[in-house]
Amino acid sequence: MRIYADNAATTKISDGALRAMVECAQKYIGNPSSLHTSGQLAAEELYRCREKMASLLGANEAREIYFTSGGSEADNQAIFSTAYRFRSKGKTHIVSTAFEHHAVLHVLERLEKEGFEVTLVPVNEDGIVKVEDIERAITDKTCLVTVMAANNEIGTLQPIAEIGKLCREKGVLFHTDAVQAVGHVKINVEEMNIDLLSLSAHKFNGPRGVGALYARRGVILKNLIEGGAQERGKRAGTENLPAIVGMTAALEEAVASLDAHAQKLITLRDRLIAGLSEIPHSVLNGDKENRLPSNVNFCFEGIEGESLLLLLDDRGVEASSGSACTSGSLDPSHVLLAIGRPKDVAHGSLRLTLAVENTEEEVDYIIKNTREVVEYLRSISPVWEELEKGEREFIL
Amino acid sequence: MLYSEKVMDHFKNPRNVGKMEDADGVGEVGNVKCGDIMKMYIKVRDGIIVDVKFNTFGCGSAIATSSMATEMIKGKSIEEALELSNKAVVEALDGLPPAKIHCSVLAEEAVKAAVKDYYDRNGIEYDKEQFCSGDCEHCCGHND
Repeated sequence: MRIYADNAATTKISDGALRAMVECAQKYIGNPSSLHTSGQLAAEELYRCREKMASLLGANEAREIYFTSGGSEADNQAIFSTAYRFRSKGKTHIVSTAFEHHAVLHVLERLEKEGFEVTLVPVNEDGIVKVEDIERAITDKTCLVTVMAANNEIGTLQPIAEIGKLCREKGVLFHTDAVQAVGHVKINVEEMNIDLLSLSAHKFNGPRGVGALYARRGVILKNLIEGGAQERGKRAGTENLPAIVGMTAALEEAVASLDAHAQKLITLRDRLIAGLSEIPHSVLNGDKENRLPSNVNFCFEGIEGESLLLLLDDRGVEASSGSACTSGSLDPSHVLLAIGRPKDVAHGSLRLTLAVENTEEEVDYIIKNTREVVEYLRSISPVWEELEKGEREFIL
Repeated sequence: MLYSEKVMDHFKNPRNVGKMEDADGVGEVGNVKCGDIMKMYIKVRDGIIVDVKFNTFGCGSAIATSSMATEMIKGKSIEEALELSNKAVVEALDGLPPAKIHCSVLAEEAVKAAVKDYYDRNGIEYDKEQFCSGDCEHCCGHND
């Protein structure tokens, strides 16, 4: 048995999206910038996608959608554009949270080196940022608030509609990295007062290497890539039309089946959470209810995540971990540290992100095998031995 | 793949894993905050390590390097065990990713810590410089 439970990393492309991509690649041979018929047919198809994406996100106009290479590029462009535009006006302060994706955090680190001031608002143990904390962090020098819609590790949903409302009242631009949320939970940029939004196609069963940045009309973007006049002069390079068509088809499917999928996923998710909760000295990371329908993230005391991950893979379960060993640094996940997990237990984390194709039998298989692997790793863990002997205090 | 076949073999089927109640020397190195702890037990007869066991909290390569290190010192003299280098462990495992080299350092230090404990218990004189200072940041930082 092989169970793919790492859908927050990437998803399987949908048949509909793949078909649409192949058809597009064969049918639209022209470059949308060319003036001949083939070029203009491709330009029309590109516009159809832009219009569709805008409508699926609740945007007013097609021109507010800029196609990018993915979520990271969209995050970079949104934040750099806003920061550099407001610098000349003396607005050099940015508000964000401690557990953003690195595509946001590393941009902010670079801006700090360039003289910007960044406030990273802390998050509580439930993994949800408080609107009051964002409000307190905003000063008259703040040019941007950037808060993710759903956390990529623990899946917690952030109060982005409330933050959007607050930012609108304060006259501050609001960007949300919605890479994990789009296609999985309801997003409407108009209703939620979002000025800038990043998304990535491969997180909702679309192709990799394509994403989009929504920028409200009037929000001026700065180029990351200079060259031709594609994307209204804001992103040079011939448009990857087949990928854009695939992304549009995938998002249409995802939005159409959003409620039905969420309902099914929540049942599976809660079954998985209930099963894993029975493992002693374990804890669910992030709020139990207010999280992505697909996301389960646990810490198990006395073991290390990478070995758990590899042994689960050996039993056919594909997951991920926030342990230091999987992050390539000495520190475990910044997300788990941000919600207050001590390093000792943050090393023993496991993220399982389900897809609608998963079954109850598969969930039960995951529970059984996780329990067995955790028990085995504890049996060879000197940390567990000390915990059991009372030489070390249990944290969980 | 991240790991060689040998690393995966020693990780999935670790040799000499377990505890030893009547050990002649026990060494523990690492830090739970760094994500790796190795505990090594040795049984010594006439200067020869006749048995060795280990317990490890850590990633795949931490478990594999512990396992390999125990195999490499079992049946050897104390002096030979002290000569075991992290490099030899890495070579025996057909290599480790650069970020995991510190695991092999930990395995070397675990062997030394067990020997040091054996020396201490038996009042045997030794050069203290030869052994782990207990500051694992030192090793982690330099081998990453």
